[in-house]
Amino acid sequence: MAGGALTGLTIAAARDALAGGEISARELALAHIAAIEDARPLNAFITETPERALADAAASDARRRRGEAGALEGIPLGIKDLFCTEGVMSTAASAILDGFVPPYESTVSRNLFEAGAVMLGKLNLDEFAMGSSNETSHFGPVENPWRRRGGNRPLVPGRPSARSGAAVAARLCLGATGTDTGGSIRQPAAFCGVVGAKPTYGRCSRWGIVAFASSLDQAGPVARSVRDTAIMLGAMAGFDPKDSTSVDIAVPDFEATIDDGVAGLRVGIPAEYALDETPGDIRALWEDGIAWLRDAGAEPVEVSLPHTAYALPAYHLIAPAEASSNLARYDGVRYGRRVEGADLIDTYARTRGAGFGAEVRRRILIGTYALSAGYYDAYYLKAQKVRTLVARDFDDAFEACDFLLMPTCPSDAFAIGEKSDDPIAMYLNDVLTVPASLAGLPAMSVPAGLSEGGLPLGLQIVSRAFDEETMFRAARSIEKAAGFEARPGPRA
Amino acid sequence: MAVDTDTVRRIAMLARLDVPDDELAALTGELAKILDWMGQLGEIDTDGVVPMTAVKPMPLRRRADAVTEGGMADEIVANAPEAAGPFYTVPKVIE
Repeated sequence: MAGGALTGLTIAAARDALAGGEISARELALAHIAAIEDARPLNAFITETPERALADAAASDARRRRGEAGALEGIPLGIKDLFCTEGVMSTAASAILDGFVPPYESTVSRNLFEAGAVMLGKLNLDEFAMGSSNETSHFGPVENPWRRRGGNRPLVPGRPSARSGAAVAARLCLGATGTDTGGSIRQPAAFCGVVGAKPTYGRCSRWGIVAFASSLDQAGPVARSVRDTAIMLGAMAGFDPKDSTSVDIAVPDFEATIDDGVAGLRVGIPAEYALDETPGDIRALWEDGIAWLRDAGAEPVEVSLPHTAYALPAYHLIAPAEASSNLARYDGVRYGRRVEGADLIDTYARTRGAGFGAEVRRRILIGTYALSAGYYDAYYLKAQKVRTLVARDFDDAFEACDFLLMPTCPSDAFAIGEKSDDPIAMYLNDVLTVPASLAGLPAMSVPAGLSEGGLPLGLQIVSRAFDEETMFRAARSIEKAAGFEARPGPRA
Repeated sequence: MAVDTDTVRRIAMLARLDVPDDELAALTGELAKILDWMGQLGEIDTDGVVPMTAVKPMPLRRRADAVTEGGMADEIVANAPEAAGPFYTVPKVIE
């Protein structure tokens, strides 16, 4: 099989070809290493690990010969640089962690490698995963492999796991790990025409993942098919005593039920997700999605999530508040970059002023303000109460339906630099993904069509807590009906 | 509620974050705009609503007070700015 054919495989197809002895993990790794070298202008990787990939592949081929193949045996993956990887630099795309080499492995990446996965490298992201566009990385912005029809202006790939989305879309890896705090798996998946799934909060261990907003952060897979994300999530998920919010329940075989269909299920259509500014092509695609599910035997029902509009401001208080607390550890004393000052406090301030980029500084200040004496009740506590109401909306909706269908984003991908000078315009990209994050519910984006500008659009499925199986079944139904096969064309 | 440059300077001090004077005015404007936008939360009646603290309420797990991993001083000091043998060496952080 030629290199292009190898990098174009789904995880499921690669698994079959590896199991049948048609290809080796080494051939698969070599094809991806070559593709990554060719695609360096996309800036998708912070650290490439070709030697590690070849060593992993050799070990994988040896395990297979011994009959010990795991669920992801020989599958080459990209790991978002928010996951600590033992012996491999892990930066969160921040200057303050430049050069940090963890002496330990995050639980999720460990689970993937124990299942046989091969590591290609560490994927670029927005600094500390903060942003909506992947423009705030210390290592430079990542480009979306897609171009608007008739245009050649570089586009953003979407939120922090952007590089994960871009790398998977550009055929640089068969799948990638992402983390989703307010939509960072789903939004880049939608912008890049790939599949991204955020499981229920507590499904995947947060241990060893650089913390952004601890009550929201959740790891999940980005890949090119619903089946592939189900395979990956099965390997990533599981109880971990090292994470106090990890939930101790059995991980079902997600892949086994993805083709069970949606006949007899009720699909909720939340009226509040039709925003005034939602463009016609996205509304039309949503209608298509409803029709596809109806044709597959599901019953559409109108539901209401009345606090939807308040989810975004609540998120932008809660997330920075938790981030300001989490990022307090980067003080230049024990590890990372240090800038000496006149005294201890000056050293802290200079270290953090120099080490953090503009968006991270802005969010630390917002978060510090929201948590400061006199404002805690008015801001942080108020936002946590609104969060209760947002979660309650979903509980009420799930009385009347089994899963929800809505667009992933209110627009297609925008140009690099197009929105970065207006923080609120940037935040508004997350308006459709943030509510499920606040409620901790499983949610995924599946590519379903192209915008009028020829860019990918995603539909989003949200299901009940710990019912990822229904989410995958619904997403698979959309995937089959949509027949989305477009991929980024050759770059001009 | 107004956010002025003094407020931002005070918050930056609390956050131990150096903000250059020439960035202060622009940052004050941005923060004022963002906080003003968040003011819409005040429209919602949250009397009697319990703040959300967990997606799935569960008691905090406990474990035996015993060493689970250890004996890895070399790995741990590998990221120290300075090390003296198996000891981590940092600037004095208490007065």
